[in-house]
Amino acid sequence: MTSANPLESTASTPSTPSTAPEASAVKRRANRSYTLITGCAVAGLIVLLALVSFLWLPYAPDDTSGGRLAPPGADHLLGTDKLGRDLFTQVMTGSRIAVEAGLGSVLIAATVGVTLGVLAAFAQGWLDDTLSAFLDILIAFPTLLLAMLIVAARSATLESAILAIGLAQSAVVGRVVRVLVKRVLAQDYITAARTSGTSWLRITAGHILPNIWPTLVVNLALQFGLAVLAEAGLSYLGLGAPPPNASWGGMLQEAQSTFTTAPAGALAPGILLVLLVIGVNLIADGLRDTLDPAARGRGV
Amino acid sequence: MARYLLRRFAFLLVSLALACVVLFVLLRMLPGDPANALTAVGATDEQIAAARHSIGSDKPLPEQFAHWIGQLAQGDLGTSFVSSLPVGPEITARLQVTIPLTLAAFALAILIAVPAGFLAAYRRGTWYGALLSGVSQLGIAIPVFWLGMILIAVFALNTGWLPAGGFPPDGWSQPGEAIRSLTLPVLTIALVMSASLIRYVRSATLDVLGSDYLRTARALGSSFAGAMWRHGLRNAAVPVISVLGIELASTLLGAVVVESVFALPGLGSMLATGIEQHDYPVIQGVLFVSTLAVLLIGFAADLVQRIIDPRLRGGLSGGIR
Repeated sequence: MTSANPLESTASTPSTPSTAPEASAVKRRANRSYTLITGCAVAGLIVLLALVSFLWLPYAPDDTSGGRLAPPGADHLLGTDKLGRDLFTQVMTGSRIAVEAGLGSVLIAATVGVTLGVLAAFAQGWLDDTLSAFLDILIAFPTLLLAMLIVAARSATLESAILAIGLAQSAVVGRVVRVLVKRVLAQDYITAARTSGTSWLRITAGHILPNIWPTLVVNLALQFGLAVLAEAGLSYLGLGAPPPNASWGGMLQEAQSTFTTAPAGALAPGILLVLLVIGVNLIADGLRDTLDPAARGRGV
Repeated sequence: MARYLLRRFAFLLVSLALACVVLFVLLRMLPGDPANALTAVGATDEQIAAARHSIGSDKPLPEQFAHWIGQLAQGDLGTSFVSSLPVGPEITARLQVTIPLTLAAFALAILIAVPAGFLAAYRRGTWYGALLSGVSQLGIAIPVFWLGMILIAVFALNTGWLPAGGFPPDGWSQPGEAIRSLTLPVLTIALVMSASLIRYVRSATLDVLGSDYLRTARALGSSFAGAMWRHGLRNAAVPVISVLGIELASTLLGAVVVESVFALPGLGSMLATGIEQHDYPVIQGVLFVSTLAVLLIGFAADLVQRIIDPRLRGGLSGGIR
């Protein structure tokens, strides 16, 4: 239909045969697992922050006893914001929202996307064309736009944002899954299974899902990072979680006007955002190299 | 090729029609009555009914839809519920910010990403190949609005070299000021966009570098640059162009966040205000224009891909189906 999806090229291009000598191949593989470990460590740190925030916070989220725009110090690790609320507390609750946004969106994208993708792949002729055209149009709509419409329809809450991001990502995941499943369906062993009378349901569960899950998991990990960024963008525009729940995007928006006088508030949430996304992307890279050795060293 | 062009064009029209229906239906599903935006708080039922009548929202949906399509066919994008101004000229005025912003950022991103991505692949394993990959990892993870904030802090607030936001009210009749106010937004979008482009360019280059045809060309005595020029460029360009099309399309409206950071009066901020005020004609107009642009960009990207890669000239969609 329209041009190929960028994520599709990850899946569709055959890998380059490796001609590297054995020693460097081993060394490279060692580097790869470092990628996975680094990613897990970085993203794990943020997840830990989110988990701890459920049990313990340095201050109550609405405690304004610290005074306005206090500089970072022993009492307030990152200082306070315009209203005197502790920034480290907000950063911690923000990490909770970021992780929730990522997990929620990916869950929706995985459920809806895999269903749509498998259906489109099994469908033939006009049904396949219609489903693909539908996915294409959905992909052509920027995530943010879809999100703005859904948020406008449902009011700005974290759930609206997650729903919007998840649905937009479903289209991307659906397209990738469709191509992956089509490729598996073209294999001789599927024909063999069909001729021996295996049902489509069993073929899906027994042959297709085991064959596509490595690429799928990597793709979902990448979508997690994108979802976190999208949620931050929505909150920045005031379309995410409403005020008392500090989202990193919302914090950054609030701190923009005081960037030069109180830089901590404008830097800390951004740095954590970047760390979380990099961590998750590294996990995706590491997983791809571990699960899908053919794609090793290709980097997209 | 002519047959393909026709079919592809028909697909474009069908997509546009489909998008119009989806757009219209989706908008009417929004809660809230646009007539409320027109009347004062505590307006009587008659006043609200009159407001509904004046904007035509009391008519049945199919009639409203037919009315909108009829207007579109005449090149009329309708009139804003809120400001009572025609939407078309407003969009044209906004485009003088959005189009230069998008195109300049797009061009700059290509200028950064193509050489950098090629080097990252060609010099894979060296320290600066690794550095380039690392920088692009960082660029992908940075929220675009935060990068904008940092650039403002450094280049506008601290040094005062460039304005922190806004656009000259006279627009391009003050070209110097207009360019100065677009510099930071362009840089923001270009940096983020090039970060993901680098990865695609790198991967496409790696495919070419590992290909049999390049090795054969080299074995036949062709220089590396010659072989890359004759055989590599076309092959590497195909996947990159499809990504470029999508990037360009998403930048057009994705610019809404950047426009918000830099307080630019572009298409994105017009849409944001329209959504806030339930101003259907404005939302419909902006989304129609941008959907058309997105579809045209996809059309152009497909066409360019076919021109440079004869292998794609098979079915409607080409490539792996």
